[in-house]
Amino acid sequence: MKVCVTATGNSVESPLDPRFGRAAFFVLVDTDSMEFECIRNDAAFTGGGAGVTASQLMVDKGVDAVVTGNIGPNAMNVLKAVGIGVYRGVNGSVKENVERLKKGLLDKIEDSVPPHYGKGFGWRQV
Amino acid sequence: MKIAVLSGKGGTGKTAVSVSLAALIPGSQYVDCDVEEPNGYIFLRPRIGKSISVELLVPTVDVQKCTGCGLCARVCQFNAIAVVRGKVLVFPEICHYCGACTIACPEGAIKEVPRQIGVVEISQDGAFIHGRLNTGESTGVPIVDELKRNLKEDAHPILDCPPGVSCSVVHAIEGCDYCILVTEPTPFGLYDLEIAVKLMERMGIPFGVVTNKASEGVDLIDEFCEKRGIDVLVKLPFSVEVAKAYSQGILPIDVDDEWRARLALLYEKVKRGSNK
Repeated sequence: MKVCVTATGNSVESPLDPRFGRAAFFVLVDTDSMEFECIRNDAAFTGGGAGVTASQLMVDKGVDAVVTGNIGPNAMNVLKAVGIGVYRGVNGSVKENVERLKKGLLDKIEDSVPPHYGKGFGWRQV
Repeated sequence: MKIAVLSGKGGTGKTAVSVSLAALIPGSQYVDCDVEEPNGYIFLRPRIGKSISVELLVPTVDVQKCTGCGLCARVCQFNAIAVVRGKVLVFPEICHYCGACTIACPEGAIKEVPRQIGVVEISQDGAFIHGRLNTGESTGVPIVDELKRNLKEDAHPILDCPPGVSCSVVHAIEGCDYCILVTEPTPFGLYDLEIAVKLMERMGIPFGVVTNKASEGVDLIDEFCEKRGIDVLVKLPFSVEVAKAYSQGILPIDVDDEWRARLALLYEKVKRGSNK
């Protein structure tokens, strides 16, 4: 299975980034071999549509599941349309989150946060 | 003569000055360009006679013709289209109606359809006009453009602009004969005034400054304007009475004779300083 974890850095040791569309990096991990690929998120600072672009990337890269903190409505619509599961990660590294996902310890996210939520680096969290 | 009232900083008194001028100048037309939060109607209490729907063209996809090639998503500069597993998903709220997707589609599968983003409302006597942008829309510029198509050129339009110096402000002041920059004697007021002055210089429109909530003596706005050779047209004194009345939808000029006198003086100075 191919999992994407949103991260603040470009390795499996990097902490989880709680934003999806505006995450700093996407770390794509193969859960069987633990091989990984890091993609810098060039859309992180665009005015709008960051979530749509990130979701398109997930689809194009053949990702099966996404682990992040919060996800916006547009991104959610795209991922739902193709059946990519979205899971709420915990405070910790990419590696820890992948391990937890494999053990079934992460909750599936069904609800999205409002548009532009991640623009202030996700600080507006309740 | 078209007069625009803007500020840079929000809450300095653009609307207070605009509605007062509109009430003072016989035969004028008040134009509320602050389409995200129009509030001039609270003071001028117009009877709305006509409503114009403002619409933009957004793409829809003919699934019979679409091959799912993804070109439309790639040309979209605003990330408003995703193509997943051969299916096109359009996000109209993000769309900037440029039409690139329609041009790019090799199959002719994209058609543009109108989508309402707000309205322009005109009073029965035509002396009042404002725009309203629907909540959640990304840009008010098309509504400002529609307002400007409905100006009564012979009626001294007074354009009450949105705060800041964003695209909708630029569109509002374009073609105006004079700009009144309303500010307040605070560091924030000065900071945003400097940005508004830069816009004036770039656009080459004659302008002057009104200092609202002013106290006696020389303040930081006077010092800045002196240094830059900018006219401080009038200073409007800080007044609890005016603030109280304003909070109840009562015009400042109806409770404060000083406001009335200084606004009349302001209009005289604007007439002398404008292009027309």
